[in-house]
Amino acid sequence: MATHQTESSALADEVPVSAVSARNISKTYGGEVEALRNLSLEFPRGQLTSVLGPSGCGKTTLLKIIAGLLEPTSGEVEVNGKPVTGPGPDRAFVFQDFALLPWANVLRNVSFGLELRGVTKTEREGIAEKYIGNVGLSGFEKSFPHELSGGMRQRVGLARALAVDSQVLLMDEPFSAVDEQTRRKFQEDLLSLVSKENKTFIFVTHSIEEAVYVSDQVAILLPRPSRVHEVLRPKMLRSKGVSDIRRDPEYLDMVDRIWASLRSYVE
Amino acid sequence: MHINGYRLPGMSSLILWGMLWELVGHSGLTFFLPPLSEVIATLIEIADSPAFLKALSETSRAFITGVFSAVVIGIPVGILMGKNRLLDELLLPWVNIFLSAPLTALVPVLMVLFGFGMKSIVITTTLFAIWIIILNARAGVMQINRSLVEMANSFGATPWAAFAKIYFWAALPEILGGVRIGVIRAVKGVIIGQLLISIVGFGALFELYSANFLMGHFWAVLIVLFGLAFSISEALGALERRFSYYASKR
Repeated sequence: MATHQTESSALADEVPVSAVSARNISKTYGGEVEALRNLSLEFPRGQLTSVLGPSGCGKTTLLKIIAGLLEPTSGEVEVNGKPVTGPGPDRAFVFQDFALLPWANVLRNVSFGLELRGVTKTEREGIAEKYIGNVGLSGFEKSFPHELSGGMRQRVGLARALAVDSQVLLMDEPFSAVDEQTRRKFQEDLLSLVSKENKTFIFVTHSIEEAVYVSDQVAILLPRPSRVHEVLRPKMLRSKGVSDIRRDPEYLDMVDRIWASLRSYVE
Repeated sequence: MHINGYRLPGMSSLILWGMLWELVGHSGLTFFLPPLSEVIATLIEIADSPAFLKALSETSRAFITGVFSAVVIGIPVGILMGKNRLLDELLLPWVNIFLSAPLTALVPVLMVLFGFGMKSIVITTTLFAIWIIILNARAGVMQINRSLVEMANSFGATPWAAFAKIYFWAALPEILGGVRIGVIRAVKGVIIGQLLISIVGFGALFELYSANFLMGHFWAVLIVLFGLAFSISEALGALERRFSYYASKR
């Protein structure tokens, strides 16, 4: 196995306890396509872990297995020490294509997770109002998704995931469908969200820069067969201001280094 | 349409066709077609006759019951077929066969099975309407965005909640389209049922008027039926447009 916890071995005592553990996960689709083989990965509590890799390396499959939306062929996922058997209130999912109800306004969309969990209307709308404010969408409560820009739609998706107050947030390429400027703003907002909310973030992306920018830990997945190639932990970046990170030598080195390991896998 | 800058109200062309009808009627070309004015006079005359009102109430009762059953059975069956592969494999051939089958030929069988009364008419109406409703609900569910289903699952939706809060709404534009076509077919069903099975309702009036060559009466009833079918279809079309705004954005 090519897995080595680079740079983290010396700092092992600083790595917090895992909120999510994936152990020996394999996933084969229809007995033919091998999406994941014997993959193990730890996700530290209260931190953001990116899962990065070229397309077809099984990133999204891994995330959906953690979410309980897919069953692994073998292996198991534990969230806070409890094995995952299906979706649960301890995890919330942010979708790449936002997955908003087109027939419902922002308020109902944001409160939809709570609605499915049986929270009363007044209570869930109170909570939803708060998170709509938190993601900067106050005043758009009565708007419908098709009246919003892509970036605003993903804010709705994010608010919906935050509103159920799960400890683990699973984000499947959440910023890939929004424009570059909006994405940068999102990345900055995500950093403050991670430091404010004491949640564990698992963030799937195909952007090297994005992964290094937002992560406490970057797991690099390689395809054929899919496995964890390397886990990198930026040391100093989290103490830098949002606008200084991209100029930091550590950021630049890490981006280069990740590209060096990925480039041979990109057609 | 605009003529000399004036906007003509919708369906103004009907006036032209009405005038043509009137002319042909007066020309005495055929006894089969009395002038429109005469037909309308007859319509007003028979509109509050007990025979007409009885026919109207019998027909609408059979129609409403038939359409209601078709909708209440058809939509859930279609949604379940769209969700469940096994059920789909089992039922789809039958739905397709019945959709294209000449159902009129089945009516005598229904008579034997369910008697000569209202029951057979209601079942005929349902059979005319239900298949397209099933097929459309199924199609609506099959094009549903997988993310919406996963989203509901990830928040722990029960199967019933997913059905009522996701599948139904996501398929609603197609469902309404199916219901609209189904209702139009139900109008045929209810009249054919009345004509073939038991001589009641408008079926009885048709028989009576055409057998006695009362062409004015015959056309008056026909206009009422056409008008009803058209208004129902338009009303459903308007409802459909209210929900189709998100059809392209699921």
